[in-house]
Amino acid sequence: MTIVCVGNRWRSDDGVGLAVAARLRERGLEPVEREGEPVGILDALEGASAAVVVDAVSSGADPGTVHVLDASRHPLPASLFAHSTHHLGLGEALELARALGRLPERTLVVGIEGASWDAGDGLSPAVAAAVERAVEEVERCTSGR
Amino acid sequence: MAETQTKTIVTEYLARVEGEGGMRVRIDEGRVSDVQLQIYEPPRFFEAFLRGRRFTEAPDITARICGICPVAYQMSAVHAMERICGVEVGGQLRALRRLLYCGEWIESHALHVFMLHAPDFLGYESAIEIARDNPALVARALDLKKTGNQVMTVVGGREVHPINVRVGGWYRTPRKRELQALVEPLERARDLSLEAVRFAAGLPFPDYTRDYELVALSQPGEYPIDLGRIVSSEGIDIDVSEYEQFFEEEHVPWSNALHSRVIGRGSYLCGPLARFALSYDRLGALARGAASEVGLEPSERNPFKSIVVRSVELVEACDEALRLIREYEEPDEPAVEVEPRAGVGHGCTEAPRGILWHRYEIDDEGTILDAKIVPPTSQNQKAIEDDLRNVVERSLHLPDEELRLRCEQTIRNYDPCISCATHFLKLEVERT
Repeated sequence: MTIVCVGNRWRSDDGVGLAVAARLRERGLEPVEREGEPVGILDALEGASAAVVVDAVSSGADPGTVHVLDASRHPLPASLFAHSTHHLGLGEALELARALGRLPERTLVVGIEGASWDAGDGLSPAVAAAVERAVEEVERCTSGR
Repeated sequence: MAETQTKTIVTEYLARVEGEGGMRVRIDEGRVSDVQLQIYEPPRFFEAFLRGRRFTEAPDITARICGICPVAYQMSAVHAMERICGVEVGGQLRALRRLLYCGEWIESHALHVFMLHAPDFLGYESAIEIARDNPALVARALDLKKTGNQVMTVVGGREVHPINVRVGGWYRTPRKRELQALVEPLERARDLSLEAVRFAAGLPFPDYTRDYELVALSQPGEYPIDLGRIVSSEGIDIDVSEYEQFFEEEHVPWSNALHSRVIGRGSYLCGPLARFALSYDRLGALARGAASEVGLEPSERNPFKSIVVRSVELVEACDEALRLIREYEEPDEPAVEVEPRAGVGHGCTEAPRGILWHRYEIDDEGTILDAKIVPPTSQNQKAIEDDLRNVVERSLHLPDEELRLRCEQTIRNYDPCISCATHFLKLEVERT
């Protein structure tokens, strides 16, 4: 199972994927970090039969809400990434992978609802508080529970 | 009597533009009465953020302004700081900077040519749709872009925001064998780029040209990337420190980005078309040959053909990167020692989408007192509006939906990088 954590730590809550990566490493997992650049994401997924991708999302839910979505069969709702600060959103990168036949057979997305996307480092309190729950969801995904 | 009619066309999300902005075109009785390219980028956050920081921090802080052209920001910043401190970085340290910059050009141009701009010409909504119908084309684009990423990783330490650049040179210089590993992928990328030129030249182009004032860097003996004087097709030929005597910025109420203009003249164009026209003779033989094979001349003034010029520059960037690697010798030291001293300095380099100009003032301790950054998209903003006006006036016969798409395509001719914020552009065409 490949774990890809996507984030830009200089865009406030958009950095939450990297905060999750740091916690996962402390717990003995080996996530790959990406800044959201689509080729980098495609590369990270290459050859994997199963993957969990962690990223910040913006769907209008309460900040800190942790979404778990299955992208294996269907595209992610476009509305989730209305505020992504990556050049092409994660949704687009995964759809590109699907169109090229490079999407892992099982692809799960753990999305953490962000509040602020302004330039600057540091997470909003509600988002920082969600890191632990996101880590648990990633572990649940990787253990197949 | 003709019935007065008002039409409004709105695009809520234009996904293939970097940044947050909108456009409004108003048409009265068959004439375009108003064109506004609206940019909602947080105004000049970084210039304020830089004040009080160490001069050595400027390259890493400004690199964060953009996820597409961080190297451009780093290079303009280090050049300005080195000028203030009286240091010149030459030899292999400079060659490595040019190599890193080639990596950024490859990444950025591959993304724009195939993923952002090509869908306009091919009648697709996005590159994802192209990938469904023609996966080989998109796979080639990704392959090219990946090569750019590899150059960035080996030289810059990371594929998106390089961490290895510093005032005075590098934190660590690569070993010869590390660069050797890039040769094979770059040779393949060069072949893909030659194919890209033929692909781009075969696209259907709207019949439109304009007599722009073209502005680019110019450097004897080499295609302008990381160094040079600022020159224009109307005779400007100045050191980068003289920029503000010839160019000015004005605030317009509908945009957070400032509009640049040539003092006393007006809008100007920077980017691939300008570089190609002004430094055609300095392209390598391979890139020049690829251009002439498809009939692309330095006199080309059709902005829609910028996609062909970008492809030619892809060839040049791959070819130049290979040359730099061939001639590389490991330097003794990764950087030149730089002691701060009070003063004002300027840096200007060719970001993939045009010249990026920086000015800094620092004190004796190396603290930044003032910073000014003029990005290429704000320099091109007025030219984009002028193009929109002309293109819409010639295309009034088109149905609204086609007119909207033509407007979007016109904006994307410039590969605008409004900011690396959200991908939002609201487009309104109003007809009365």
